[in-house]
Amino acid sequence: MPSFDLNLLLHGQYHDWLVSGLWLSLALTGMTLALALPLSVGVALLRLSPWAVLRALGAAYVEGIRNVPLLAHLLFWYFGAPELLPEPVKQWLYAGNIEVASAVVALTLYIAAYMAEDIRSGIRAIPQGQFDAGRALGFSFMATMRWVVLPQAFRVTVPPLISQTLNLWKDTSVATVIGVAEMMYQAAKVESASFRSAEAFAFATSAYLVVSLLITGAAAWVQRRHPVRAA
Amino acid sequence: MLELIDTYWLYFLVGQYPNGPLGGLALSVLLAALALVLAMPFGLVLGLARVSPWRSVRWPVTALVFVVRGVPLLMVVFWAYFFLPSITGRKTDQFTTMLMALVLFDGVYLAEIIRAGIQAIPKGQSDSAKSLGLSYVQSMRWVILPQALRHMLPSLVNQFVATIKETSLGYIIGLTEVSFIAAQINTQVFTRATEVYLLLGLTYFVLCFGLSRLAFAFEARTQDRQAASRNTSTSVIPPA
Repeated sequence: MPSFDLNLLLHGQYHDWLVSGLWLSLALTGMTLALALPLSVGVALLRLSPWAVLRALGAAYVEGIRNVPLLAHLLFWYFGAPELLPEPVKQWLYAGNIEVASAVVALTLYIAAYMAEDIRSGIRAIPQGQFDAGRALGFSFMATMRWVVLPQAFRVTVPPLISQTLNLWKDTSVATVIGVAEMMYQAAKVESASFRSAEAFAFATSAYLVVSLLITGAAAWVQRRHPVRAA
Repeated sequence: MLELIDTYWLYFLVGQYPNGPLGGLALSVLLAALALVLAMPFGLVLGLARVSPWRSVRWPVTALVFVVRGVPLLMVVFWAYFFLPSITGRKTDQFTTMLMALVLFDGVYLAEIIRAGIQAIPKGQSDSAKSLGLSYVQSMRWVILPQALRHMLPSLVNQFVATIKETSLGYIIGLTEVSFIAAQINTQVFTRATEVYLLLGLTYFVLCFGLSRLAFAFEARTQDRQAASRNTSTSVIPPA
């Protein structure tokens, strides 16, 4: 077995491939997070809505998404869903980066289901009296949420949301199945081009690990900085 | 959609079996069950090591737990896929590769569940075991673990659901589990991708949702029992 060649990771073509993969993984995480946060707040509010129909809709979304593996979501949004679109839209999609678009859609819908549950339990941690008081002061359901409940729920919710972000970061690796050129894809590409499996996977492993530790560190920092107040 | 099911349902469920290797949904469930069964003793050992009073045991296992939890499962699968053959000197098939990766990954997650269970037992329990003359191992075996493991059944079913979902990653290394079979069916039919992958998602949903309802039922039953035992105990020992 040849010895571990660190230079391979520091310069040259393989280095460029791996680094571009790392950036795309980070970009996927960022884009997905930006889209998933508002969606998950919406779903959490559906789950807590005073109307049974909306509650059922929210529950169906969460259960429907969480009981299917991310890989099946990705396959559906990449191979299945574009077939349903009209021809011109399809042409336009295939001309662009359809892999990344499908991955962002699948990851957003997937992680939003988990985040919605965290937000919902954060909101439920706020005593009912707070909500009732808001309503008694003449605020509507949405206004009570916006001005009374959500600001308090925010503190409770941020730590679990950060750990969902960590899951999201790791989940981006699955996008390699539909050919998104993220870090895992690039590591496999370097491996098959150079037969340097140890180097390629060591790069990917340490990059995943470093970002994961940074996210974990952020969670600890937020918890120290903004401790949950007793309501 | 019905004729699609009519043509391919058997292939979808068991792959080429009995004329070839087992595949499809049966393989996914088998792999998940086997992985969980093997991960349990492994997770127990890791969980005990995580709360061990000896640093030389605790630290390496803590490091392992941090590393495995910090990387995607797919990374573990890739390491197993490329390095199991060089360790064993033999070509490892996809099933064994995926099984090993899942056992390691699930073992680490179970270890954290077990650790939390052990740490939730009040300190008084181990103190009183010690004062009764039990050794560390004896107090774990007879006092702490029976209490810690009792409440694990619902989380085990949930872990099984998670493991079934994780087996789908076998697709990437060419294991003929249900997602891979669905992709093959899609290649053969060619024009009905939406339906094929919708059916795949629906299959996972029925299986996993059903199992998670089971976990829910277990949880409700455990809580009923706890409530019942609390009621009887208060009748024996009057509240202070």
